[in-house]
Amino acid sequence: MAEPSTAGAADSADSADVGDSADVGDTAIVTRALTKRYRGGQLAVDGLDLAVPAGSVFGFLGPNGSGKTTTIRMLMGLIEPTSGRARVLGRPMPRAARSVLPHVGALIEGPALYGFLSGRDNLLRYDAADPAADPRTRRARVTAALDRVGLTAAAGKKAKAYSLGMKQRLGLAAALLQPRRLLVLDEPTNGLDPQGMREIRALIRELASDGTTVFLSSHLLDEIEQVCTHAAVMARGRLITQGPVAGLSAGVRGRLIVTTPDPGDAARTLKELGANDVVTAEDRVSAEPPDRDLAEVNAALVTAGVRVRGFGIERASLEDAFVALTGEGFDVAG
Amino acid sequence: MSLAEVAETPAAAGGTPGPPRTPGPLWTLGLLRNELSTTLRRWRTVALLGVLAAVPVLVGIAIKIETSDGSSAGGGGEGPAFIAQITNNGLFLVFTALAATLPFFLPMAVGVVAGDAIAGEAGAGTLRYLLVAPAGRTRLLITKYATTMAFCLIATLVVAISALVVGALLFPLGELTTISGTRIGFGEGLARALLIALIVAVSLIGVAALGLFVSTLTNSGIAAMATTVGLLITVQILDQIPQLHALQPYLFPHYWLSFADLMRDPVYWDDLIRNLQVQGLYAAVFGTAAWARFTTKDITA
Repeated sequence: MAEPSTAGAADSADSADVGDSADVGDTAIVTRALTKRYRGGQLAVDGLDLAVPAGSVFGFLGPNGSGKTTTIRMLMGLIEPTSGRARVLGRPMPRAARSVLPHVGALIEGPALYGFLSGRDNLLRYDAADPAADPRTRRARVTAALDRVGLTAAAGKKAKAYSLGMKQRLGLAAALLQPRRLLVLDEPTNGLDPQGMREIRALIRELASDGTTVFLSSHLLDEIEQVCTHAAVMARGRLITQGPVAGLSAGVRGRLIVTTPDPGDAARTLKELGANDVVTAEDRVSAEPPDRDLAEVNAALVTAGVRVRGFGIERASLEDAFVALTGEGFDVAG
Repeated sequence: MSLAEVAETPAAAGGTPGPPRTPGPLWTLGLLRNELSTTLRRWRTVALLGVLAAVPVLVGIAIKIETSDGSSAGGGGEGPAFIAQITNNGLFLVFTALAATLPFFLPMAVGVVAGDAIAGEAGAGTLRYLLVAPAGRTRLLITKYATTMAFCLIATLVVAISALVVGALLFPLGELTTISGTRIGFGEGLARALLIALIVAVSLIGVAALGLFVSTLTNSGIAAMATTVGLLITVQILDQIPQLHALQPYLFPHYWLSFADLMRDPVYWDDLIRNLQVQGLYAAVFGTAAWARFTTKDITA
């Protein structure tokens, strides 16, 4: 075994030469003007300034093609940034990859496995590739990781016989071979059934409560809303916004919902009262609430002869916030 | 290095820092061991070794049938080296089998394994997980090259041992006559056979380095294997064109069959040494090129 002091010196040397350490004190990931232009000239990530607080569950949102995966690959040292800087766990990437990455568990663009090896042998191989992994505890840690994702029964099966959900679980197990300080999970519930999704979300919450920072990319907005404390939204390679999840959706006003057997009259009355974007769907009329006391709005509806069954404000979801921020549907890449 | 930076590092993730993680000095060997066993457990590798083991069996049986009426093998000097002597001494089947497989079967098998080394992992997506483990690009490349060279040796030994077993079963063993006409004992003949197998394995280093370099250029294992085998065939053809004789000493297969010089008495070393030099040159040039390419490449697969 090499002396710990040697590694410590190397690590501090890594962090010393990037400087401005003031802003990295309690962040797991910081990027400054991080940019990637591919050889074809396509700008995949454009001046990204990301700050992921330590201990947070950070949701990373964006349509397909918005630069999420390129960003994750740059953070993991797989892709060299064209310009800008990235620090992970306080150290510069990709230069400090060897000291940073053993503390990071990653699931990038879905699991990748050796189909001709069993689930257990897949994990043994990934663990053998980690210089920080102790070979003496390898088998025990692999068994524990398999157990944690519920794959113990299938551990001896060849990975090519696994279903997509099982492969996803095995990929997660690979990320959990060691105690990690940061988990980077790209679409971790992809391919899982609802029960599996719930299990993985519970696992993420459990890991986060142990102090692990979780960086979670997902296209499922309600998943981000359920699990994440913070979120960032990307579109066309640029960061649109980032911050606590509650703050993101609070920035968007809720919608007024009126349930009535007289939707036509209700819609007309709401427009007269100054409500915008009135949408009628069967017995449900929704609108941006006008700038006046909602009690008056309700009284005006009743006065106009509208029979009101239900009346209230529906809280804005993250999806509303997303659409408001990007001005587009979620599935479309720019 | 300031105290503030030292203090900030453990706090950076907000959790308790794990135990000190320092690479053990033997971890590269752990990865190499895993890489070797992973390579040998691929169905493709097993199939290649099976084909190589079958060649001496086929040659041995063919010669046995052909000479069963008392005529001599080889039909007047045609066929691989040493083929006429097999009926007198089964040990010559080792030399014949190596001479028969070295021009194509052996380098093709090596080209498949080398070409698949990086590109195959990239194509399956496992490369990104090895790199974030983090295996380290230089270490992974060295591990892959070491594994490919180990495969060169294993493949050669499979041919040699299969030939020795078949030769011993079908033909008599005993003293043998060298190319120079002198007689050597069976023990020394066996030692020379082992030395020849080693030389043949070393002869494959050049094509292994070439295959590894090709493997860093693409994300498709099949494309890398096909390109490497294609290059092998092209170079073998170039080596046969008389007008290119000025170029030929620099082609990696040019001195391959010099291993037969080990059967001279005394051994004729000139071409053997030139072969080693050419292999060393290819290993250095394409090994460096592979390293330069792989350590700067964006991993997008």
